[in-house]
Amino acid sequence: MFYYEKKLQYPVRVSTCNPMLAKFLIEQYGGADGELAAALRYMNQRYTIPDKVIGLLNDIAMEEFSHLEMIATMIYKLTKDATPEQMVAAGIGDHYVNHDKALFYHNAAGVPWTASYIQAKGDPIADLYEDIAAEEKARATYQWLIDISDDPDINDGLRFLREREVVHSMRFREAVEILKDEQNQKKFF
Amino acid sequence: MFTQFKYWKPFVGPFDPCKPIRVKSYSTPPQLYMNFQPPGLPQFTPQEALMAGTLWPQLYSPYPDPQKGGNPHG
Amino acid sequence: MAKQMPPEYYQCLEEIQALDFVLVELNLYLDTHNHDFDAIQQFNETAKLSMQLKVEFEKKFHPLMNFGRSYSNYPWNIDDSPWPWQV
Repeated sequence: MFYYEKKLQYPVRVSTCNPMLAKFLIEQYGGADGELAAALRYMNQRYTIPDKVIGLLNDIAMEEFSHLEMIATMIYKLTKDATPEQMVAAGIGDHYVNHDKALFYHNAAGVPWTASYIQAKGDPIADLYEDIAAEEKARATYQWLIDISDDPDINDGLRFLREREVVHSMRFREAVEILKDEQNQKKFF
Repeated sequence: MFTQFKYWKPFVGPFDPCKPIRVKSYSTPPQLYMNFQPPGLPQFTPQEALMAGTLWPQLYSPYPDPQKGGNPHG
Repeated sequence: MAKQMPPEYYQCLEEIQALDFVLVELNLYLDTHNHDFDAIQQFNETAKLSMQLKVEFEKKFHPLMNFGRSYSNYPWNIDDSPWPWQV
């Protein structure tokens, strides 16, 4: 079962009321390489992956939900007190007419989240390679978000999230090494 | 030792409509070079680790490239 | 409207976030390095420190966890403080 802990993984701060940034950040909320996709991908693959790496998939899935909450916090704070006029000026009038200020699982272009963003092949190497690719793609998305954001506090949170993709990728790469290992001899380089 | 960013010069044509970006870059973070993390690596303090996003300096990947004054496009 | 939190709240919260982050990092590391004795020892010591900080935090501010992992005062105070995305 799951417990909720009433705190964020990282202290999220936002400097300016800038709903335009929310439009871009929602890519990591409901986009193909976003945190929801990551959490659901690993949470689902864990049932059939070999026992040696179930723990890793389970724990990374948990952390992805914490990241989803961080991204949601940024989006919520960026739009919370924006007027309808500001929403329109920021290019999210189309979001506003459907959802008001509610968050929704869609990407920056408004395309709703779909399960076809993720895969569970049942083949552990295929699944882990997908997971490594997903981490690198999420890292790239955070790079492009940092490039277009001029809010120093948002960028601080985005740099944290980008670094987590680096560490997750490292762990999934180690999981591949564990599964392909011949004599129980891990190789350190 | 490795570098965390690679730079390359794309072809610039006489009919390119935008002002050319002569040097482009991409990120090559530390996990690409580590294969399997060795035990006992030096650690950040808990506060530093939280700010960096990792416990281990050797896995820390700054962005944008601090050598380039933080400009992602070199 | 839920009550405002004092500056001390943010400071205590960040100390917990720092220790819990070390725990996340060590946990993922140990998932692929299950024989690293030193890391396991550090994990257990950090877990103890984190629990101590949370006991203090909950006395001063609010319960951290639901479903019985934290105690409640009277009246029920598990949802009378601001939520993480609000503070």
